[in-house]
Amino acid sequence: MKKKTLAAMLMAGAMCFGLLAGCSSNGGQTSNPPASDAGTQESQPANQGGGFDVVTIKVGGIGPITGDLAQYGTATQWGAQIAVDEINALNGPIRLEYDFQDDTGVTDTAVSAYNKLKDWGAQVIYGCTTTAPCVAVAAETFADRYFQLTPSASSPDVTSGKDNAFQMCFTDPGQGTAAAEYLKSTGLGSKIGVIYNNGDAYSTGIADAFIAKAKEIGLDVVATQTYPDDKTTDYTVQLTACKDAGADLVFLPIYYTPASLILAQAKQMDYAPTFFGGDGMDGMLDMDGFNKSLAEGLLLMTPFNAAGTDERTKTFVETYQAAHNILPNQFAADGYDCMYAIYEACCQLDGIADMDHEQLCDALITLFTGGDFSVDGLTGTSMKWLESGEVSKAPVVVKVVDGVYVTQ
Amino acid sequence: MSFLNNVITGVSLGSIYAIIALGYTMVYGIAKMLNFAHGDVIMVGAYVCFFAMNSAGLPPVVGVLLAIVVCTALGVVIERLAYKPLRAAPSLAVLITAIGVSYLLQNGAQILWGAATKTFTPIVSTDPDARLVLIPGQLSISYVAILSIVCCVVVMAALTLFTGQTKMGKAMRACSEDKGAAQLMGINVNSTISMTFAIGSALAAVAGVLMCSAYPILSPTTGSLPGIRAFTAAVFGGIGSIPGALLGGVLLGVIETFAKAYISTDLSDAVVFAVLIIVLLVRPAGLMGKYVPEKV
Repeated sequence: MKKKTLAAMLMAGAMCFGLLAGCSSNGGQTSNPPASDAGTQESQPANQGGGFDVVTIKVGGIGPITGDLAQYGTATQWGAQIAVDEINALNGPIRLEYDFQDDTGVTDTAVSAYNKLKDWGAQVIYGCTTTAPCVAVAAETFADRYFQLTPSASSPDVTSGKDNAFQMCFTDPGQGTAAAEYLKSTGLGSKIGVIYNNGDAYSTGIADAFIAKAKEIGLDVVATQTYPDDKTTDYTVQLTACKDAGADLVFLPIYYTPASLILAQAKQMDYAPTFFGGDGMDGMLDMDGFNKSLAEGLLLMTPFNAAGTDERTKTFVETYQAAHNILPNQFAADGYDCMYAIYEACCQLDGIADMDHEQLCDALITLFTGGDFSVDGLTGTSMKWLESGEVSKAPVVVKVVDGVYVTQ
Repeated sequence: MSFLNNVITGVSLGSIYAIIALGYTMVYGIAKMLNFAHGDVIMVGAYVCFFAMNSAGLPPVVGVLLAIVVCTALGVVIERLAYKPLRAAPSLAVLITAIGVSYLLQNGAQILWGAATKTFTPIVSTDPDARLVLIPGQLSISYVAILSIVCCVVVMAALTLFTGQTKMGKAMRACSEDKGAAQLMGINVNSTISMTFAIGSALAAVAGVLMCSAYPILSPTTGSLPGIRAFTAAVFGGIGSIPGALLGGVLLGVIETFAKAYISTDLSDAVVFAVLIIVLLVRPAGLMGKYVPEKV
């Protein structure tokens, strides 16, 4: 019951926000001030001319903002909100109206969240944050013809067989393959151990692709260890197996909570290989109370570095911190990039004012898969999309040095 | 040597289960209800200690004491508000209420303290050299493990004395045997039940701090899985029996650790529950439970 109340409150809050955003964009339309700073970030041809029709696109977001996975859902919700605020402040031809519904990370809740957004009049679906709900919602949007862009649901199942579903993050197998190639090219680690969550599609997806690629290109994987779920607290057995096999690099395609325990327990048993993780590792340094020295030397593949020095990242990090008092992680950055991808795509469409969601869906698909459309964002530059819905961007590996990410 | 190391890991993990199991078993013994919110009281205790140490900068001992005080109060309040009005209701209603309280605590913790996982600062050092070396290079016990085992033994001894020797303890046993008769003998059943909840919740705070010191992550759902394991331990040892909780907890910890080390890290839970099923087939009331045949 408490859960429902919370969800309702958040929902109401999100709706109020949506209303406010709507009001401000209308205000901008009537007064139409040629704001001096409007064209600094994006220069739209129509923007300079003035006197254009403002089109408002309703973007409906879905993700877990309560429950076990709330930390990921809230990050995608807040990151996207910053992009929406920025975009609407541009006074461009396209405004975004944004509503975010809670799916608690559960499949059927996600589908009802999607139905709510449909009733609200959503034209584009942003989400879901996690894979299983996203697969379910993508099946619905495919049938109903809504364009869908997920910030972080990384399984190939999300996009396979659905021309309308696109990803902002790497796919799991893509990440595993990239990790193996990175290790091969840098020569880090002569003997490799792998510890992964056997009960999780994300972890298994990366690990399987990593192991297959490692075999193909001749990396020596000496130990493959699993654990059944992320509530597992004791990893000494798995670490001992890696240690006994002589692994000098341990690949951890897992989320940061179990990884933080693995790092702590490895230290307790005096085992100090190089640890190498996927993007799920991002967020560990921001755990309240985490001893950052444990993560010293940790390598991870993450598309977003909050310590990045470029102007856009700095602004994003500052805004996010001011609003929510924590550092944004890659989920937030992926969410931010999703909104810009939707916005920039919409800006390139002709006659968008007269399109219903089906026409918009088809037009966006043509644009995304056309090969000429690319987006610069926080998580990559010149990001393009394949017909499969997969994103194409360069992987970035960072190393933890003195408690901050240093891009390798 | 790895065998002995596994025994030590298992016993220290089992000691924590045993302390949690005590809370289940005492409440069941007296109120005949399964308090599924018990696991979440553990989580609250760990959070209180976390904030006392990390935000207020208090020493660990004060943090633990504060956690015990808060959890004791919480346990009594939960009992008063959620379970006492249902004293005469069917046991299924109480069970559902307990599940509701469990969700209330989890989601309340999430609103208050956020969903993001926190790293608990162990109350005793967990550095590689913070251990008692028995055989250099081969066999050693970490201080956290020693603390868990010692706490468990002390708690068990104190509880046995309490229920055996004190007036309140005797009242508890009387209530668990026959509530109606106890009331007729002048025992205040309601305050006895409150007392049971207070003791169980205080133990939950201790267990929460110990558990998070051994495995230093803390989130609003931290308590649910150990809660279920400890409930299993209580059933295993014979629910309602205090020595049974100790035996069940330690055995569960050892079996779990052995299953992970020698059978499969993925199947350890399955092995634990298979053992539980076999034990219950042979001894339906658990290892040390009293089997009372029901007359029809």
